[in-house]
Amino acid sequence: MDQDGVIVFKGWNLKGGLDLEGHKDLSRQYSINNTAIPDELIYPLVDRSGNVLTALAKTGERVLKGQVIAGSKGVQGTLLHAASSGLVKENEWRMIAHPSGLKSECLIVATDGLDECCPIDEPVDYRQLSAADICEKVHQAGIVGLGGASFPTAIKITPNNVHTIDTLIINGAECEPYITCDDRLMQQYPSEILLGIQVLLRALAIKNCVIGIEEDMPEAIEAIQKAIECSGFNQIQVKVVPAVYPAGGERQLIYLLTGRETPSQGFPVDIGVVCQNVGTVMAVYQAIVKGQVLIERVVTVTGTGINKPQNMWARIGTPIKDLVSQCGGYNGPNERLIMGGLMMGFSLPDDSVGITKATNCILVATSKEVTKSSEAEIQPCIRCGECASVCPVNLLPQQIYWYSQGGAHQKCQSFGLFDCIECGCCDVVCPSHIPLVQYFRASKSKVFLKRREDEAATLAKQRFERRDTRQVQEKVAREQRIRVKKLALVKRQKESVSSSAKMQDKP
Amino acid sequence: MLWICLLFAILGVILGYAAFRFKVEGDPLVVDIEALLPQTQCGQCGFPGCKPYAEAIAQGKADINQCPPGGEVGVKALADLLGLDAKPLNESFGIEKEKKVAVIVEADCIGCTLCIQACPVDAILGAAKYMHTVIASECTGCDLCVEPCPVDCIVMTAIKPSVLNWQWPKPIPNRH
Repeated sequence: MDQDGVIVFKGWNLKGGLDLEGHKDLSRQYSINNTAIPDELIYPLVDRSGNVLTALAKTGERVLKGQVIAGSKGVQGTLLHAASSGLVKENEWRMIAHPSGLKSECLIVATDGLDECCPIDEPVDYRQLSAADICEKVHQAGIVGLGGASFPTAIKITPNNVHTIDTLIINGAECEPYITCDDRLMQQYPSEILLGIQVLLRALAIKNCVIGIEEDMPEAIEAIQKAIECSGFNQIQVKVVPAVYPAGGERQLIYLLTGRETPSQGFPVDIGVVCQNVGTVMAVYQAIVKGQVLIERVVTVTGTGINKPQNMWARIGTPIKDLVSQCGGYNGPNERLIMGGLMMGFSLPDDSVGITKATNCILVATSKEVTKSSEAEIQPCIRCGECASVCPVNLLPQQIYWYSQGGAHQKCQSFGLFDCIECGCCDVVCPSHIPLVQYFRASKSKVFLKRREDEAATLAKQRFERRDTRQVQEKVAREQRIRVKKLALVKRQKESVSSSAKMQDKP
Repeated sequence: MLWICLLFAILGVILGYAAFRFKVEGDPLVVDIEALLPQTQCGQCGFPGCKPYAEAIAQGKADINQCPPGGEVGVKALADLLGLDAKPLNESFGIEKEKKVAVIVEADCIGCTLCIQACPVDAILGAAKYMHTVIASECTGCDLCVEPCPVDCIVMTAIKPSVLNWQWPKPIPNRH
């Protein structure tokens, strides 16, 4: 521990990774701005992991800010709240924040500018809440991981009997170039974040918490450190991690801070760790301490193609064009509009798309930023091994590429296809300009498709067999009925014959 | 000599019991073959379902290239399993087509139940003189319901691309 009480990172080292130019100064020095209420809020009725949301607000209904308007069912179900008051319009097919660029059904709220709020719960002291209460409130507030994966936070912090959690890790290592939203949050709201951490520690019933921050964010480190001193939450440690991309990947950060490796196909809970993003912690603070639901998040709007890059509190559902116009608009023709970071984000077809809970950054990229690797001619792989030396998860990208290209997706899996975090390091260093990650994503898609088809085939087989047995049973039952009727008929005939014989006998 | 006879007698009893105790139900080869078939139950192969076709292949009564929904990939998988040479699909049984789902034009449906009886996987819902509808998620796209419909109100439609079934495209391969 050095003089400031900050533990300077000295232990585990990330294998591979890249030292990328940060470009963070475009936006990091300006404080987070509030945004105006957009004319309409767009909420896709499908989330990024393919869960379908059911609209709970009716067409024509007036909804208030913070009112639940949609929800998904199932174990991983989440809730979605209106970010401002207004009328629910008829559902429309709109472009959504999805790499496919396809349209999808969206719930649209035409705002009325009044921003009328739902009555909120009286804020309670979190120290009087039980773990179950906290989890329930987090679920009701619609909180999901704001780092990008959008996994429901309530599930992550609900205790289970299988795993024993001992460490809470807070991800403040914003390793992607250009993005500064977590940096700004830590600079401006350190004590709120610490309170959020206290709430999470209470829910998990543990004491140990480590915040991992990249070394190139001195202001954030200082702010958090000061807040810890003032608040006396001394069990919260700050650890500085090297500014190497992708040090902020969940598994990478856990390894850097604790030396524990998340098992392949496993989750951090398997090694006793829960990892939450700084933004998520802020949302937990707002939900538990302030009683507010998740309706806005910090978004970095940046890139050389925009006039005033900055961070802003944007309402979920705000169209990107509204954010861009509040940042002074575009400053010329742009190469690409990217949602998420330069490395792991995806291009958007236009700026009418609404932001989602997973949107941490809007990058307006000019030709300066986008290396035209997509236009560079793809050369054959020369098996130089550069990709393997930068891969942070110890994979052999050239090998997976080889099998992916030939359509041997099963073979790709045996080379760890599903351990690939799609960080894009291999793409950057490839001297042959091979879009490796795209090959891996295509292979993953194919494997998922095969799984879906196999499931459907099993189901079809079951239904076919059940129909078969039913038909056999029906046939047997029918024959039985016919037999019974025939017997009855024969009996009746006999009876009538005998009775008529008796009749004949009588006189 | 006597001891050897006794030993063999004991082993014989054990084997006999094992054959009875661990008896394999059905033909394991049929199960393996059936697992590779698409379970469309369409009958295009000339057999009334995927299982009968699998049995016919196992008995050598049918060739491996008679399943159009399985396509070339399916033929190759069967060839790999059975140690045969892959061959092109026999086009007299039909050609490989994109998977579709049946949709009933509900306004035209007269509620005759003929399609319900034809559907091999019970994917059509309805009752006599009431409108029928296809449960799209259960439909295997086998076409069997189209023929019996007296008012031709069943159309086979292509599955619409959506964010739920979208796949990352493979990069355009090398131009060398």
